[in-house]
Amino acid sequence: MRSVPKHLEVSIWRGDSAGGYFEDFQVPAQKNQTILDVVSWIQQNEDATLSYRYACRVGMCGSCAMMVNGVPRWTCRTHVNKAMKGNRLEVAPLRNMPVIKDLATDMDVFFDKWVKAEGVHHPSKTREDVIEPITGDNIERAKANAGIECINCAVCYAACDTVRGNPNYLGPAALQRAWTVYNDVKDAGKRAVLAAVSGRDGCHNCHTQGSCTLYCPNDLDPMGAIAGLKRATIAAAFKKEVG
Amino acid sequence: MIQPHRKHPLWFAHILHRLSGLALALFVPVHFFVLSKAVTNPAALDGFLHWAESPLVKLAEFGLVFLLAVHIFGGLRLLALEFLPWSGPRKTLAAGAVAAGFLISVTFLLRAI
Ligand code: SF4
Ligand code: SF4
Ligand code: FES
Repeated sequence: MRSVPKHLEVSIWRGDSAGGYFEDFQVPAQKNQTILDVVSWIQQNEDATLSYRYACRVGMCGSCAMMVNGVPRWTCRTHVNKAMKGNRLEVAPLRNMPVIKDLATDMDVFFDKWVKAEGVHHPSKTREDVIEPITGDNIERAKANAGIECINCAVCYAACDTVRGNPNYLGPAALQRAWTVYNDVKDAGKRAVLAAVSGRDGCHNCHTQGSCTLYCPNDLDPMGAIAGLKRATIAAAFKKEVG
Repeated sequence: MIQPHRKHPLWFAHILHRLSGLALALFVPVHFFVLSKAVTNPAALDGFLHWAESPLVKLAEFGLVFLLAVHIFGGLRLLALEFLPWSGPRKTLAAGAVAAGFLISVTFLLRAI
């Protein structure tokens, strides 16, 4: 069995949108320790000015994602042993978003893109109408269900090289939400969704590299959702529904 | 150095597809130039074809066939991945595309020598 070292060697990125550097810390090793525990320990014991973001600590809120040894992860649910290289951890802010300070990024663009992709509900009924039951064996519903557990953590967005290459690309999470809305039988905005995602910054910009699906901590498949949008937009173009 | 987040089969499949595409794009103009010699200067073409018999060129041709095969099968993989209604990364598909590329190009090499 590997002997447990007393300390972890941790490099934390410090700085803001103008630039920064890695600062080294030694953190006492515990048997059970998440990346978020390590970051919190540093903030509580070494440097109270360290900025980072978290809320739920149980993988629900999606606010704690960071780059850990070069890979995007939800830090509250990532055990140190899973991410450590030797005895070292390097923790940096998520890729593809501007840094506010240290490990906290500005996620505005990420969320704005959900709206740009028409990842919003388009009501098909009023409150006067009776509620239409949708059963679980409905095929559309099953497709929509595949994406609803997204916690908006932006891990997929940070992993995506297409976002890196084209900052206007809507990105895996927003497109997956668009696909979910598209498959919602109670949604009246299918054409609006297809129009929103078929432009040059939409689903056809995706290169099917699959980093989004690989790293999504909830085992969702944004790449598959985007492929669904590609099929739907192409079918609509043949029917001349979207241009 | 390859960044850590890129070290997975689908990214390698992507980069292989991109690089083989670029290499083929560079090759095609040369290819047409040489073919055009058949019309404009048959003697030069014969000289070239003679030179193309050398083992080193045979090996380079193997490389070309590999690039072509891997690019075709990589493209078929993408079409299947995006147009058939299944989900998940389908790593076997990526591996299959490379394997088919190898199969075809090695068969070519063995027939050539
Ligand atoms: S599959 Fe598409 S959305 Fe996902 S990481 Fe790759 S390029 Fe980005
Ligand atoms: S799709 Fe997955 S990785 Fe992307 S934001 Fe949602 S939960 Fe996070
Ligand atoms: S703190 Fe909420 S998901 Fe990690």
